[in-house]
Amino acid sequence: MTRAGSAAARRRSILPGFGITLGVTVTYLSVLVLIPLAALFFKTATLSWAEFLAAVAGPRALASYRLSFGAALAAAAVNAVFGLVVAWVLVRYEFPGRRFVDALVDLPFALPTAVAGITLTSVLAKNGWLGRWLEPHGVFIAYTPLGVVVALVFIGLPFVVRTLQPVLQDLERELEEAAATLGASRLQTFRRVLLPALRPALVTGFALAFARGVGEYGSVVFISGNMPMKTEIAPLLIVTKLEQWDYAGATAIAVVLLVASFALLLAINALQRWSRVEPAA
Amino acid sequence: MGEATAISTPVSADATRRGVSESAPVRWALTAVALLFLALFLALPLVAVFSHALADGLGVYWAAITEPDALSAVRLTVLVAAISVPLNTAFGVAAAWAIAKFDFPGKSTLVTLIDLPFAVSPVVSGLIFVLLFGAQGLLGPWLQAHDVKIIFAVPGIVLATSFITFPFVARELIPLMEEQGVEEEEAALSLGASGWQTFRRVTLPNIRYGILFGVVLLNARAMGEFGAVSVVSGHIRGVTNTMPLHVEILYNEYQGAAAFSVASLLALLAIATLAAKSALEWRIGRTGGAR
Amino acid sequence: MLSLRKRPGFAAALVALTWLGAGIARADVTLLNVSYDPTRELYEAYDALFAKHWQETKGEAVTIHQSHGGSGKQARAVIDGLEADVVTLALSGDVQQLADKANLIPRGWQDRLPNRSCPYTSTIVFLVRKGNPKGIKDWADLTRPGVAVITPNPKTSGGARWNYLAAWGYALRENGGSEEKAREFVRSVYANAPVLDTGARGATTTFVERGLGDVLITWENEAFLAETLGKGELEIVVPSISILAEPPVALVDAVARKHGTTELATAYLEYLYAPEAQELIAENHYRPSDPNVAAKYASKFPRIELLQIDRDFGGWREAQAKHFVDGGIFDQISVSK
Repeated sequence: MTRAGSAAARRRSILPGFGITLGVTVTYLSVLVLIPLAALFFKTATLSWAEFLAAVAGPRALASYRLSFGAALAAAAVNAVFGLVVAWVLVRYEFPGRRFVDALVDLPFALPTAVAGITLTSVLAKNGWLGRWLEPHGVFIAYTPLGVVVALVFIGLPFVVRTLQPVLQDLERELEEAAATLGASRLQTFRRVLLPALRPALVTGFALAFARGVGEYGSVVFISGNMPMKTEIAPLLIVTKLEQWDYAGATAIAVVLLVASFALLLAINALQRWSRVEPAA
Repeated sequence: MGEATAISTPVSADATRRGVSESAPVRWALTAVALLFLALFLALPLVAVFSHALADGLGVYWAAITEPDALSAVRLTVLVAAISVPLNTAFGVAAAWAIAKFDFPGKSTLVTLIDLPFAVSPVVSGLIFVLLFGAQGLLGPWLQAHDVKIIFAVPGIVLATSFITFPFVARELIPLMEEQGVEEEEAALSLGASGWQTFRRVTLPNIRYGILFGVVLLNARAMGEFGAVSVVSGHIRGVTNTMPLHVEILYNEYQGAAAFSVASLLALLAIATLAAKSALEWRIGRTGGAR
Repeated sequence: MLSLRKRPGFAAALVALTWLGAGIARADVTLLNVSYDPTRELYEAYDALFAKHWQETKGEAVTIHQSHGGSGKQARAVIDGLEADVVTLALSGDVQQLADKANLIPRGWQDRLPNRSCPYTSTIVFLVRKGNPKGIKDWADLTRPGVAVITPNPKTSGGARWNYLAAWGYALRENGGSEEKAREFVRSVYANAPVLDTGARGATTTFVERGLGDVLITWENEAFLAETLGKGELEIVVPSISILAEPPVALVDAVARKHGTTELATAYLEYLYAPEAQELIAENHYRPSDPNVAAKYASKFPRIELLQIDRDFGGWREAQAKHFVDGGIFDQISVSK
């Protein structure tokens, strides 16, 4: 049945339970999510504008946004590129153990962030498995912004791959065959036929990985150096302010992060709607 | 996230000739790049957890996971999951029913609001409960007067974890139930079934794998949450430390092998989660989400 | 009819719930000691000693729970509602906050126990790699380019604040009391720090386990502990001047009253001054306050010229306000790096 038909059927639905399920939904949502989030804004409201701006736009806070957003952006970009390769390989090619590798892609979703954090740190620190090879060459990963990027690449990896896979599967081969018949090289076909078709999913995956990376704490706080102005992520700054009884300051920064992530969330939802509405390549 | 991945048709030399696939060297190169990337970022950390855990021998490993504080941490982690998983699942089913089977104004706003916890940093998720229930918080004085402990006690951890994992099941079920439409339920109703009967015998079997799928992810996240719990727990050993927090404590006490030993339990949980997820995806893919 | 045999799922759930519930129910008397970061091993040993003592003298079994973390962070937790019966923090300024911000202890708390409520003291020393390859001898070496210094964050860690003040005190003395020079000196030290952990133990872990840094500025007790665990790869270097670090202990009256543990908690703190406890303290590398025990272990602890917080820095209130609050000197030098 078409979506329009389903929608029409729903409008004149005779199904029971609307009242109670909507009621439960809205109540639970309000109590668990909306009211606690409102506490955030209440607390921020106790600040004057000057205090709010000082907390939110002070040099240390700005440095932490630069790191959190910058590293998340870089990591999402890396994931966009490699995620595309991984998704392509998993969908289009056969090789032994493919099912296993496919399942493994979800590891960052399933593994606790703290475990990821301490593991990545020990592997990349000076005496770690990888660290000891990289350090003599002057490549320092642990305790630098690069380390933050590495941790966020791990965290965001599944987002791009999982968003691309269904789209890749649904792509119609006829288009590629047509392009080939018309004389396009494989690379041209990829650039002009496939990439545009994949773009909405790619952008969505990128945005999801980015949004996740900005607020990430557990996997980053071990590998980052936590130096103010240099390697302090925004969530850590919130925790630090909290530990100094600067509730208002912590809350102010939390509000900034929240508003930014919420804006991203809206953008992602819009992207997903846009990519669903577009006719399948 | 959560999309089923069915097996696609393999590529052949014939396809290369027809121009719909890359040449073999390119294929090899791409595969190598992909596998190397995954090996570096996924396989290596996973192997490292177990390797570091067993670095000091099986004796240390066993001692680390059977030590009283570790067992308390396991118990607390399981308890928190045992509460937040059913709660969020029940909510998810109710929300999906309301959203997928009916049309009403503000529906898309509701869906966006349900996604909200995904947009919140874990630290902020913990912070909001401290602001609400901490001794200096909005409800603090009332709670103190009635001797109700939420922050720095188990209820606070349950709340923070439930907040973080709130959307998981709902997000799985909403698209699934939307796709399934209302025809089957309406048919059942017209045949004389009551609302509950319709739900139990028509809807539930259809969404059963979707629910399981959401539950598996929810559980993994609930047991593994760190940032939010770190803010609301009091880090009281043996009382308010979940497994991830216990791992952090051990890590900070020169007990690297012990930390990784407890971490390996969480890694095993992760592997079980991946296996369950794969199996369910296969089931859903095979049956198109229906029974 | 509800038969457990016929409903294995239900029976299993009952068993599981009982197991879970056993973890929550607390039958015997308990005490919560909220402490600072490096004291984990000390209190693990002391709690066992005290429990035995209490059992023998009162015939009652007591369970003592511990929470550890950066001193400032722990103080905030207690103010936020963490129900500590006693606090054993890194500096009196943090304990004072419990009185000032939350009325949990009376004003005159520090004089209730001997030695200004400090059953043990410590100081600040350096820990370096075996053979001291960078030749670290004194505070001035910490500002040399190419020397990586590990020290925690003064905003969260008590030990970090002692570190900072010791460095400041050294610079003041070397530069004839010039605050400008002291500020510049401390700035250079922190410029050499690649990472700031939240607690003293975190910094030690970074230095020892992760192999980061050339020198660790830390509590003397922590340095001793790390040295024994460092398997010969670490050495202690004692600077020319340091600070008398006085971590106090205190009963949290409001909480103990509520729990009915005032007598127990008071005994817990007073027992820290008993000879056998003081011996335990010395064995765990803290300087005991009891002069007899201190004399016995005199050879273990080096004699250093020690600055004092009250005499040389105007007390914690002044030091905190000048250096560590938002916008204080530490913030200023962080930003100007």
